[in-house]
Amino acid sequence: MLEIARLTKVFRQDADRREGGICVIDDVSFAVRQNQFVCLLGPSGCGKTTLLRMVAGLTRPDAGTIRIDGRAVDRPGPDRSLVFQNYGLLPWRTVLGNVEIGLEIRGMKRAERREICRRTIDRVGLSGFEDHYPHQLSGGMQQRTALARAFSKDPKLLLMDEPFAAVDMQTREMLQDELLKIWTAMRTTVLFVTHSIDEAIYLGDRVIVMAARPGRVKADVATEMPRPRSGADVKVSARFDALRKLIRGALAYDGAPELRVVAT
Amino acid sequence: MSVGDSPAAVRPLAHSLWPRLVPRLGSRDNLIRLASVAVTLAAWEWYGRGVDPVFLSYPTAIVAALPAMVASGELPAALLSSLQSLAAGLAAAIVLGTMLGLAMGRYRTADAAFTMQVSALYATPNVALIPLLILWFGLGLLSKIVIVFLAAVFPIVVNTYSGVRNVSRSLVEVALAEGANEPQVLAKIIVPASLPFIMTGIRLSMGRAVVGMVVAEMFTAVSGLGGAIVAYGNAFATAKLFVVIIVLAVLGVTLTETVRLAERRLAPWKETERAS
Repeated sequence: MLEIARLTKVFRQDADRREGGICVIDDVSFAVRQNQFVCLLGPSGCGKTTLLRMVAGLTRPDAGTIRIDGRAVDRPGPDRSLVFQNYGLLPWRTVLGNVEIGLEIRGMKRAERREICRRTIDRVGLSGFEDHYPHQLSGGMQQRTALARAFSKDPKLLLMDEPFAAVDMQTREMLQDELLKIWTAMRTTVLFVTHSIDEAIYLGDRVIVMAARPGRVKADVATEMPRPRSGADVKVSARFDALRKLIRGALAYDGAPELRVVAT
Repeated sequence: MSVGDSPAAVRPLAHSLWPRLVPRLGSRDNLIRLASVAVTLAAWEWYGRGVDPVFLSYPTAIVAALPAMVASGELPAALLSSLQSLAAGLAAAIVLGTMLGLAMGRYRTADAAFTMQVSALYATPNVALIPLLILWFGLGLLSKIVIVFLAAVFPIVVNTYSGVRNVSRSLVEVALAEGANEPQVLAKIIVPASLPFIMTGIRLSMGRAVVGMVVAEMFTAVSGLGGAIVAYGNAFATAKLFVVIIVLAVLGVTLTETVRLAERRLAPWKETERAS
């Protein structure tokens, strides 16, 4: 569904200079199946956010291609929704206003987009909060607003950029469960960026482990854990533990540029 | 028995008395404000009665001068004439100031092109430009409008500029990720996000606009409230002079407070963010 081939991105410190600069993504390739939940895991500086932004169409790659269902990506499109760090809710818009902004920018008529957005808001369980402002909502409700915005376009691919980076552990676990619940209901392909090993294992069907300087794929691990996954049981299971060890090993491993492991 | 006991015993009584004595004005701060104004007026009245009315008038005389000035039409006419140049100058300042601030905040080229001129004109005392403006625009209404405009426009430009600069990159990207074009980014993100700053700029410019208006009316063709000040001053009509001064004060405060109210209406999320 999503194919990334030989993707490379170089950030130049000096825009005028042709040579030099930091290679943030170096020759990255992988493919994602329909409805798969894929986590991009890596230390800061490994280019995982840059990779996500390139898939979103916000940043252009220097080399390589990104294809969605065979069509090359070169700009933002209605087939992808991006959920930002801290959700990117607009403080001057209500829940409804925040949810409908995507369709509004795409030029859909007010009545039509409102109907779609009310339905999406209902599906993420925010009915009755349409007229609330973001600051009046809890963290969980803000996430649901962001997801409702993302799903309002009925995207093929949901991109999430460390959405839980700024919240405490307990809230984070609650938000993860809520995300999984909504994802189970909505069913899309997800590319989820995180720097938490546990989060990646808990959420993903698959964890792509990246290394920094230059950013490249180190390991590609299938979690192969049954769903629905709920909280504590999963996180103390032998399987979870084995995956954690495996991914830790992959992150620490400093040898060959790429190690493709499929855990057993 | 400790020393702290006796004030604690007194306090409930004092607290229960305050609201009964001042059922409407309520807070202690308001009471202090009221008392302070009353004392000032009383002192002024007492002192003013002993001074030659050419040099200083006093509150009751000023109040007494008001009805005649309204009845003769001199005050309403002056106010109306002043409001014309004020309204036109302010309107132009709000429209052009916001546009220039948006352009400078959003586009590096506009920033580089206008930043020197804006800084220089903002720092220049407006009065210094009046002779030049008279040469260019004459003594009439147009000159006055330009002077009000120049007085009011810069706080709007500068605040709008900071507002645009303060819009977080991630909010802009929310629109970009939806495929927004530049006009959409401006309309849906930049303008609403910087609205609180724009409103602050407009509020700050209100006071300056009133000053500009009075100065203009004194230095160009003498007219309006500023002109009235000159005329009454020359005629030693000190009580009438004070009436005009008070009208100006009320005008400035009313305008500023109106904008403050609009600020709260238009950017309610800022208020609650501060409160929480």
